[in-house]
Amino acid sequence: MSGTQTTYNDKVVRQFAVMTVIWGIVGMLVGVIIAAQLVWPELNIGFLHFGRLRPLHTNAVIFAFGGCALFATSYWCVQRTGHTRLWGGPLIPFTFWGWQLVILLAAVSLPLGITSGKEYAELEWPVDILITLVWVSYAIVFFGTIGKRTVSHIYVANWFFGSMIIAVALLHLGNSAALPVTFLKSYSAYSGVQDAMIQWWYGHNAVGFFLTAGFLGMMYYFVPKQAGRPVYSYRLSVVHFWALIFTYMWAGPHHLHYTALPDWTQSVGMLFSLILLAPSWGGMINGIMTLSGAWHKLRDDPILKFLITSLSFYGMSTFEGPMMSIKTVNALSHYTDWTVGHVHSGALGWVAMVSIGSMYYLLPRLFGKSEMYSTKLVTTHFWIATIGTVLYIASMWIAGVMQGLMWRAVNADGTLAYSFVESVKGSYPFWAIRWLGGVLFLTGMLIMAYNMFKTMAGGNTKDVPVIAPAGHHA
Amino acid sequence: MESVYLLIPVSVILVFGIALAFWWSVRSGQFDDLEGPGFRVLMDDDQPKKTDEIKDPNKKDDI
Repeated sequence: MSGTQTTYNDKVVRQFAVMTVIWGIVGMLVGVIIAAQLVWPELNIGFLHFGRLRPLHTNAVIFAFGGCALFATSYWCVQRTGHTRLWGGPLIPFTFWGWQLVILLAAVSLPLGITSGKEYAELEWPVDILITLVWVSYAIVFFGTIGKRTVSHIYVANWFFGSMIIAVALLHLGNSAALPVTFLKSYSAYSGVQDAMIQWWYGHNAVGFFLTAGFLGMMYYFVPKQAGRPVYSYRLSVVHFWALIFTYMWAGPHHLHYTALPDWTQSVGMLFSLILLAPSWGGMINGIMTLSGAWHKLRDDPILKFLITSLSFYGMSTFEGPMMSIKTVNALSHYTDWTVGHVHSGALGWVAMVSIGSMYYLLPRLFGKSEMYSTKLVTTHFWIATIGTVLYIASMWIAGVMQGLMWRAVNADGTLAYSFVESVKGSYPFWAIRWLGGVLFLTGMLIMAYNMFKTMAGGNTKDVPVIAPAGHHA
Repeated sequence: MESVYLLIPVSVILVFGIALAFWWSVRSGQFDDLEGPGFRVLMDDDQPKKTDEIKDPNKKDDI
């Protein structure tokens, strides 16, 4: 490199990592508020009611917390495994500031009721255009960096990150196609059941690529790094990747069982959902078995505890998901709190825990420290988060199955045994437990923020030189 | 079901795209070594040394 030493661009990673924790707290706080609104309906004050705040919660945790975590980890991973500095000049800060602007616009527009009404894609068309610009810049930066890597092999984690970037771009463009009528109002390009089909093609693949493929990339980099051992089978990780992306795209119709959607489309959706069990468990086993022969490391490394527990929840929810997509099971579970519990076993147990573990790995390194300010607080965070998740999932399982059974119960003469409001009344204790689980999870995030700011204090944010690829040493 | 007229072609094009990426990666030797890359990520030592650290009087000793 002709005398001048190149450095990694860790500034953008640092920005995204810190915002991951901040947005995590904001998004989960809104989650706790809406959970409380279900238990104590008098908390629905003015326009800040459940209907307005719920999309704010989902957007904040998925795109603000999860999104920042993906940006931070992918930018770190692609530079480290490619042995090169991030490429893209002004596009790099644009991805950070642009994404933060999207989040702020969401935080203002959603409580005001400015929404396209499409689940997980509520933001109106001007924000959708901004998202597109940021995402295309992200793709240019990421693939540009892949292009200028100094080693020939592209590490498997980058394949997962890359597929996530491409798939999310495609899904966002397909689903957000809309006809604007005013600056703040647009109508979907599709209507009726067509719109529902496109919506869940987007919705489920957003789960599949944004919340699964991207976070699997995180897993394939940070689990081996934290464990100090190579992934259990690199071969399996490559098979895992190709199997997952070849089979993912058609699981969406399982969100529309027993609706106006043609029966055959529902069955195709169910079939593909069942097939997905194979690659999902392949990846889960691969991640957990990375610790094979070094299980003792789990005993006193809380970061590894986070990462391995996240994989256990990933395995659990990717088993539960295909089961719930079976039509006969879905007849019981659909529209109940079981679905909400399933989502959160993935969201809290898998996505949040793998992100938190990865952030605990990154934060000391980003601020020139050898470890977090307090390892004890990381352990405390781990236990609080795990108990919170278990309370959340278990209460929703019970509430969901109870609701499903009550709704389908009939008397001997064929009339319904329960009115809807009786199932609501029966759910109250479980909603209270769910709220408590959420409070615990949020408390863990506050502990993390304290630990993060203490770690940042007096930190060294000098750029670090790019490490020469192994075997290239003189 | 007009929406499948959009989604099915998108899926078909996508599968060809993925197949092309797979073909390229096999041909360009990405998968010639399926053991080494797993070890290679571990060879970069990115952990700041304790001695490099700026003295932080607030740091608690808790191991």
